[in-house]
Amino acid sequence: MSTFWSIWVSVVVLGTIYGCWWILWATRKSQTTDSETERTTGHSFDGIEEYDNPLPKWWFYLFVSTVIFSLAYLALYPGLGNFKGLLGWTQYNQWEREVELADAKYGELYAQFGNTPIVELARNEDALQMGQRLFANNCAVCHGSAGRGSVGFPNLTDDDWLYGGDPDSIVHSITKGREGVMPAKGLMPNMTATQVDQVVNYVLGYSGRARDADAAEKGAAVFAQACAACHGADGTGMQAMGAPNLTDDIWLYGSTYERIEETVLYGRHNKMPAQEDRLSADQIHILAAYVYSLSNN
Amino acid sequence: MSTVNPNLTYNYKVVRQFAIMTVVWGIIGMSLGVLIAAQLVWPAVNLDLPFTHFGRLRPLHTNAVIFGFGGSALFATSYYVVQRTCQARLFSDGLAQFTFWGWQAVMVAAVITLPMGFTSTKEYAELEWPIDILITVVWIAYGTVFFGTITKRKAPHIYVANWFYGAFIITIAMLHIGNNLAIPVTAFKSYSIYSGVTDAMIQWWWGHNAVGFFLTAGFLGMMYYFVPKQAGRPVYSYRLSIVHFWALIATYVWAGAHHLHYSALPDWAQTAGMVMSLILLAPSWGGMINGMMTLSGAWHKLRTDPILRFLVVSLSFYGMSTFEGPMMAIKTVNALSHNTDWTIGHVHSGALGWVAMISIGAIYHLIPKLWGVREMYSVALINVHFWLATIGTVLYIVSMWVNGIMQGLMWRAVNDDGTLTYSFVESLEASYPGYFVRFLGGAIFLSGMLVMAYNVRMTIRQKDAVALDNSAAQAA
Repeated sequence: MSTFWSIWVSVVVLGTIYGCWWILWATRKSQTTDSETERTTGHSFDGIEEYDNPLPKWWFYLFVSTVIFSLAYLALYPGLGNFKGLLGWTQYNQWEREVELADAKYGELYAQFGNTPIVELARNEDALQMGQRLFANNCAVCHGSAGRGSVGFPNLTDDDWLYGGDPDSIVHSITKGREGVMPAKGLMPNMTATQVDQVVNYVLGYSGRARDADAAEKGAAVFAQACAACHGADGTGMQAMGAPNLTDDIWLYGSTYERIEETVLYGRHNKMPAQEDRLSADQIHILAAYVYSLSNN
Repeated sequence: MSTVNPNLTYNYKVVRQFAIMTVVWGIIGMSLGVLIAAQLVWPAVNLDLPFTHFGRLRPLHTNAVIFGFGGSALFATSYYVVQRTCQARLFSDGLAQFTFWGWQAVMVAAVITLPMGFTSTKEYAELEWPIDILITVVWIAYGTVFFGTITKRKAPHIYVANWFYGAFIITIAMLHIGNNLAIPVTAFKSYSIYSGVTDAMIQWWWGHNAVGFFLTAGFLGMMYYFVPKQAGRPVYSYRLSIVHFWALIATYVWAGAHHLHYSALPDWAQTAGMVMSLILLAPSWGGMINGMMTLSGAWHKLRTDPILRFLVVSLSFYGMSTFEGPMMAIKTVNALSHNTDWTIGHVHSGALGWVAMISIGAIYHLIPKLWGVREMYSVALINVHFWLATIGTVLYIVSMWVNGIMQGLMWRAVNDDGTLTYSFVESLEASYPGYFVRFLGGAIFLSGMLVMAYNVRMTIRQKDAVALDNSAAQAA
């Protein structure tokens, strides 16, 4: 902050504390007695009078000690504008220190598996247990504690992969994240309502569920123009784009006519966040082994 | 000591109206609280309807108890106290009537709009902009009536209760306007003019002072009249009043930042919020000491007077919550308590134990005076209410302490490999017994309010009860 605001903050913080201190001492100084008295101030409000009792000693010292503590705290920690405090503490460097300590304490534990290939690691009980915990902490909130996913969140146990299920692809997905975008109406922005119906029926036809065989047949041409570029001419998808295989009856956004129609009409946009800033390479290695094990054991 | 004008009358009509609405909004607000507490134990109780969903009823619960129940109690007692301690009739009967109907309109608007999903999303300030404007107008009228009456006073000094009521009225006006500045986009939707962490800080500047000024300073005003009045004893120390009043209002406005520890809020603001919260301990306890010590020489009255019991127990809860608050404002303690049920327990030890109990005591003191009868219809029922309220509060806060500390510890527990031991849902599962006890405590507290409603109704239906609209000043 600018020097002006720094001074402003310091003055109002210290001014408020000084004000409390001043009124405490000024009031105490004018006391005429240290012990309890029956003398009143002479005021009477609707019959209520007020004793002129002194401030209770223990209370006075309690007040004084909180003020002294606060001043000491303000000297040690950042509080007065740009003044950093004598300890140099910030909440950010506290966090960094905690991460450092955790890395020092747990780093080796994770590093021991760093050189074991993922396929092999996926059979190591100790590694899998650690991987399962990492998964519970970092992945389960979207993919579910058993990894079975939910609408919009891929099931990781079914051996159907949007971006590939080989160890390297899994590591990449976790480390860098993934972002999948299907544009509304694919490559055919002018797709008519009839064509939408046709292509939905065509897609349903892959799993033998077309509502209207005639429409499904006509849908082939629409599919070829609007969808095939990503999902492939045969509808089996393309992992390089994260374009799902449409022929395996596994559905990320639902399998009903209405859900597929919604997908075609409005498109889909999905994001798996990158974990590289949260997890170490060794942790990701173990996590990938756990994810790999879900569909390979 | 002063001479009373024999022609002076007090406006009790508006006091009566607000006193009755205190009980009504208390029952509405606390019923909603019990309902949403039940939803946390048995989720199906939300009826699967958007209007009865926890997310919409929770703000209605807080609005109804803070502004409906607490607000009506503050209006009732401040209008009563300011007249009697200033020996002056309210500045304007018309404006006072306007504050009554205006405030009830605000509350009815809350009951309609919040379940419909209209919300500004700011905690304790959820009401949308047209209602905010109405609140502002009513509040300015309130300030005019209150300070107008102070200016008209016959007493040479201003009584300490009125300092607190006055500070509460001024600060709430400032914070309400400051926090609710927004750009309307439709009749029922607006966006805050602040963004990001500034918005969060302004929100908690308001949020913590809905506690500090609405629920503390205002009720300390109540305490300073009804405790000495009910005990029949002088206030313990005028000096203590001076120090704790000024220190309390100077430091409370700083405290909001402790809601944002370890967040995007700059370190300096967090530190300032924390140290001011710590300094706040002694000024807060000043009020408790002044109330408690006022009873010295009158402790025996506790045996026979359940109203005095309400007042004394409320001060004990006040002392406890105002110790707990500064402690929870310490960063290291906050790191454990934040986002847990401990916070809910802390709020309710203040809300049920302090705010509700002192209001209930004050209303039991007021009702007979406003209807010109000697005492409440049944003193025994006041005693029943006292025990229901005390047991309800204790069950509530103990269950939330246990839940809160358990959640805090579960969330930070780690395995040998540094991963978290528990998932969130496991801590939720472990919280169920506490949620049930909380529901039970709330239900017991609410049942006490129903006993009160019955007692109040029977009192004012007695044949010698007369609504005193223009009471002569001499009537004690």
